[in-house]
Amino acid sequence: MTDASTLRARGERRTRILLLTPAMLLLLLAASGPLLIVLVYSFLTPGAYGGVEWIFSPKAWFNVVAEVDFFTDELVFADAHLTVFWRSIKLSLITMLSCLIVGFPTAYFIATRPAGSRDMWMLLIMIPFWTNLLIRTFAIMELIRNQGTVNTILMAAGIIDEPIQMLFTEFAILIGMTYVYLPLMILPIYASMERLDFNLVEAGYDLYATRWKVLRKVIFPLVKPGVVAGSILVFVPCLGAYVTPRVLGGGKQLMLGNLIELQFGQLRNWPLGAALSLTLLAIVMIALVFYVRAVGKEDAGHGH
Amino acid sequence: MIEIDGATKIFGDGADAFTALKDVSVTIDSNEFFTLLGPSGCGKTTLLRVIAGFIDPTHGTVQLDGENLLDLPPFKRPVNTVFQSYALFPHLTVAQNIAFGLEMLGKPKAEIKSTVEEMLELVKMAPLADRKTSEISGGQQQRVALARALAPRPKVLLLDEPLSALDFKLRKEMQLELKRLQHETGITFIFVTHDQEEALTMSDRIAVMNAGTIRQIGGPRDIYDHPAERFVADFIGDTNFLEAELISASGDTAQIKLSSGKEVQARANPDGANAPGTVTLAIRPEHATLGPAESGLLSGTLSDVVYFGTDTHYHVDVDEGGKFVVRRQNQPEQTQSHAAGDRVGLRFPGGVSQVLRD
Repeated sequence: MTDASTLRARGERRTRILLLTPAMLLLLLAASGPLLIVLVYSFLTPGAYGGVEWIFSPKAWFNVVAEVDFFTDELVFADAHLTVFWRSIKLSLITMLSCLIVGFPTAYFIATRPAGSRDMWMLLIMIPFWTNLLIRTFAIMELIRNQGTVNTILMAAGIIDEPIQMLFTEFAILIGMTYVYLPLMILPIYASMERLDFNLVEAGYDLYATRWKVLRKVIFPLVKPGVVAGSILVFVPCLGAYVTPRVLGGGKQLMLGNLIELQFGQLRNWPLGAALSLTLLAIVMIALVFYVRAVGKEDAGHGH
Repeated sequence: MIEIDGATKIFGDGADAFTALKDVSVTIDSNEFFTLLGPSGCGKTTLLRVIAGFIDPTHGTVQLDGENLLDLPPFKRPVNTVFQSYALFPHLTVAQNIAFGLEMLGKPKAEIKSTVEEMLELVKMAPLADRKTSEISGGQQQRVALARALAPRPKVLLLDEPLSALDFKLRKEMQLELKRLQHETGITFIFVTHDQEEALTMSDRIAVMNAGTIRQIGGPRDIYDHPAERFVADFIGDTNFLEAELISASGDTAQIKLSSGKEVQARANPDGANAPGTVTLAIRPEHATLGPAESGLLSGTLSDVVYFGTDTHYHVDVDEGGKFVVRRQNQPEQTQSHAAGDRVGLRFPGGVSQVLRD
């Protein structure tokens, strides 16, 4: 009997491994494989016309943070890169915040509609999301360019005399990214908000909590998983955003995605591009670890 | 003291309009255990939510100790609710749930701590103070919900069918517990239920509601023994209804002529015009007895004898038409004196039957 059951357990394990194989293979080939190639490339020498030469060199990693001055041959900080890093992190954080500020009330609004009309509201949120990213970005461009809708209206109304320069600024990138990634914030918050028992909100009011207190002490702690998920979903793609800063930043306000593209394109420095990509990955991971830890600590703080 | 005057609530408008409360007026004394009893959809929960502040009445006023409650948002009313679903905060522990109201009121930390401990003792939940609310049983959640609502010392505690989710035995226990808590805290309890037994065992006074109106207000005995109308008589307990003729009435007694031609005294309707004419009498099954056919007020044939353990129900087909049920408590070593098919007479003492309002 023991023999039979061990045999069966062994059979079950074999089946499980067999069933897992396709997914594992796909992960290995599609996720780990390319990452490995990028890692290897970052330690090679750039080829003269793009590509790489198979000669080991740590120079690319070195160049991520430092560079040899063109005139004096002195070693200096690659402050151009650092500026881009800083701008990427800063803009991503602000985008995350503005998505939260706009997305939270929106999700609340939708979750408090009658059940029948919620799908319609969600559809309205999703339609732009299904539209091509480039088209949406150009639509924003049309709105904020010097002869665009906003400036035209403001000038016609006599509020301003000359157009406000909004396009090709960090502000433009911010507007664009907030618009593009907003659904990624609304969706997870709405998902947790929809499961929220609104009796709890009433219980909060009943127990002398003002609207603001109910929001802070009852609603927010209960939908926090959605807020965390939404923030990550917005922050991560923002860091690597390419199209939006390219179109709305006009090539002057580079973000990490643009810098990486530049290395693989015009500058023909694939190893540096690869090293920058991995740096981006590292920033994302570090940010996530910090974020999750901070959120977790707050949770533990609820105890005595 | 809560004074509700002419409270009306209409949901929706036009053809979809639904009147949940129709001109409800009632005064509830301080320190009273007051029950709103009625079938689902009768407006009892709506009335409770009007007092709590979750619903604004379309017309009417609600005052607490002379202060207009309708001017205050729910979070400023000295009124707390025990919700049917308990609505405990799942992200907080038992103790934190109980402390919530006190914290929102901005009480000093030391006072919160001592009040929470006192409440935990009161509902016997002290050993589980640090559990999450999802880690305790339904009966325990019920106690926490009660403690949470009592902790801020409200003037009025509203209880929205708080026992309906509990099993039979636990419900019995909590009924006594609630009565004890009400007595110990001296807080006015307004209790909503559709369970007549719950209402009868716990209340100082009961308001029986139907279709958005209060049909009768009175003490449990009053309501049970002297229902004012058919709905109340029917909703609370079992009742025999008899068509009869009212001959005369004076004070709270009425002279009644039954369909058999025999006369009997009955309680006059407490708030109806007791004009001579055809009326409906209500008689509780346990208030009537069986005897020889010729000596009864009414005579008939026993159609069924149903044994219930504590008592036996005798179903009688009355000669003049209609059915009548007599309930007798079973005594030890009692021999079955009646069997189906027997001719029997129905007797009930003067004054136990009640003339109903039309």
